[in-house]
Amino acid sequence: MTNSTPAPQTPLLQVRHLCKYFPIMSKGFARKQIGAVKAVDDVNFDLMRGETLGLVGESGSGKTTCARTILRALAPTSGQAIFDTGDGVVDLAQVSEKDLKPLRQKMQMVFQDPFSSLNPRMTVGDIVGEPLVIHKLARGKELQDRVDEMLLKVGLRPEHRQRYPHAFSGGQRQRIGIARALIMKPSLVVADEAVSALDVSVQAQVINLLADLQDEFNLTYLFVAHDLSVVRHICDRVAVMYAGKIVELAESEELFENPRHPYSQALLSAVPSIDPDIKMNFDIGGEVADAGKLPPGCPFHPRCPHRFEPCDKVVPWLEPVEGSTTRTACHLYIPPEKIAAAGAAQAGSN
Amino acid sequence: MTNDTVLQIEDLKTYFYTEQGEIPAVDGVTVSLQRGKVLALVGESGCGKSVTSYSILRLIRPPGKIVGGKILFFPSDGVEPVDIAGLDETSDALYSVRGGHISMIFQEPMTALSPVHTINNQISEAILLHQDVTPAQAREMAIEMLRKVGIPGAERRIDQYPHEMSGGMRQRVVIAMALVCNPEILIADEPTTALDVTIQGQILKLIKDLVSERGTSVVFITHDLGVVAQVADDVAVMYLGRVVEKSDVRGVLKTPLHPYTMSLLQSLPGLGHRGARLPAIRGSVPNLTDIPPGCPFHPRCPHAVRGRCDVGDRPALRTFSNGGQAACVRVEEIHPHVHEVGHSNDPRVAPATV
Repeated sequence: MTNSTPAPQTPLLQVRHLCKYFPIMSKGFARKQIGAVKAVDDVNFDLMRGETLGLVGESGSGKTTCARTILRALAPTSGQAIFDTGDGVVDLAQVSEKDLKPLRQKMQMVFQDPFSSLNPRMTVGDIVGEPLVIHKLARGKELQDRVDEMLLKVGLRPEHRQRYPHAFSGGQRQRIGIARALIMKPSLVVADEAVSALDVSVQAQVINLLADLQDEFNLTYLFVAHDLSVVRHICDRVAVMYAGKIVELAESEELFENPRHPYSQALLSAVPSIDPDIKMNFDIGGEVADAGKLPPGCPFHPRCPHRFEPCDKVVPWLEPVEGSTTRTACHLYIPPEKIAAAGAAQAGSN
Repeated sequence: MTNDTVLQIEDLKTYFYTEQGEIPAVDGVTVSLQRGKVLALVGESGCGKSVTSYSILRLIRPPGKIVGGKILFFPSDGVEPVDIAGLDETSDALYSVRGGHISMIFQEPMTALSPVHTINNQISEAILLHQDVTPAQAREMAIEMLRKVGIPGAERRIDQYPHEMSGGMRQRVVIAMALVCNPEILIADEPTTALDVTIQGQILKLIKDLVSERGTSVVFITHDLGVVAQVADDVAVMYLGRVVEKSDVRGVLKTPLHPYTMSLLQSLPGLGHRGARLPAIRGSVPNLTDIPPGCPFHPRCPHAVRGRCDVGDRPALRTFSNGGQAACVRVEEIHPHVHEVGHSNDPRVAPATV
């Protein structure tokens, strides 16, 4: 594998207009498509090398579907996911299944549930070594050595190789899942709620481990999570998703200090503070929008305290916020003439 | 014990008898719930918080068994207290307590509801069991209750099945079902853990309103210290089947005494600088079959001293001058500004030989 050192600001991954729709079928014998769940709808972002991008949102916001579509665990409906392999770029959305397999070495996933994501009938050594076997990269003594090395890196011991997952605690199992992902020396790691299932005291250990490994292997993380305090701690930038769309993309500190989109504001205010004297906001009305039955215009407008007249008509798009690196999809930050132009265009296309 | 106590748990022991031997899931828990207050039981998995709450309603099934202690319930009508732990499994007294005076809401709103019965069937069942009304009256009461917990279109919703509702709505139904008999005590076992953060706020508000409007007393089980800060009046922190610290909510979260509580609070992300290493607690929670001697937290404790923390019995809860209680022999050394009150034996005189 070539290990060229690219210029610092080249994106490892460029996601452009990525969409993933699931068809809604009619009931009965002749099943016809009568609609679509727009689980991921026109998502755009760049992921820089060595950076950690958080993808946050509530259930049904499309964050996991988005991550899986990028990795081609799901076939995208449309759009591009341009991935820098180190010797050229490929569009993951277009590449054939056959060409995809070698690329999978460079992008790995860590899953949420350390209990169901490890095969209970395989030893830890087999689990961690399996990717090397599948890709025919190592066997025999070399395989063993690489497994041992990886186990040490994630804070386990080589003698754990012979044991089965049930003998380990939740935190240790998550370390096994991390070892399995990193043994391929990937450049992109998608961590889907990787610390959500862990107890607080163990969660901190795994967060530290992820940070250490990132430094050591120059990893790029796409960190899918719903826990905002974890995201604040480890992410450089954060994309907030709502109903399949990114509604705000900002530097981590900027988002937490000065959230722009009303949904980001609501989400942050609902996080319970551990200081009893700082009261959280209990009064966010309504429910998360149903991606199969989106309201017209901005999907957040039925719950939004700041809605005004274009909000139920024109779909907002990510637009830079003046005087900041943040981009947000909210009419409050878009000049009226642009909204009017977009409204005419959107009305024409429907 | 004050006059205002509605539930007093004394030295509760609930053990499980398995092939690996006796598992002391709850091993001598003493807590009390004041009328109209929220008591939070906090801890990580395996600390016994849920087993404690299941014990209160006598929902422990074999191989589990309550092997000791009392669960005293003081009904508001002033009659004699009832020791729930001592009631006969099939007695009418237990049936009237469970679901009538004390009811419970569970973590997972999907599994707590029957998928093959309508909402009306499920709520009316509870009413008809505990109150002398006709099915038509029960239905009216159920609709009224759904309205109170904030379900829009309750007349229509009542004939729906759980799968037709969102997670937040289902949790409201579960709460409605628990409240329909107007219980004095509500046990909430991780009621918002499965919910999104904006919906969590709505459900927490509902529980807080219950307390302030109906005077319901709540035992709130959670692992989320943020939720504790927002809803609890009093807090008991549990570790490996015992209470290690007990105080009011500000005491536990702002001036914690026990090293476990202190470490837990410090290991939360989002407090320090972004990217800085989190002060994690080393190791992981030991198995209940293999509880360390002395203070069970000592292998993970940054303040543990050999010869004092790793020997003998588990340290007892002691009361300190700031009003908190903690089960740690080194509280006065770690916090020089507090001293023990109440008990005469001076713990600073450590066993010199060991």
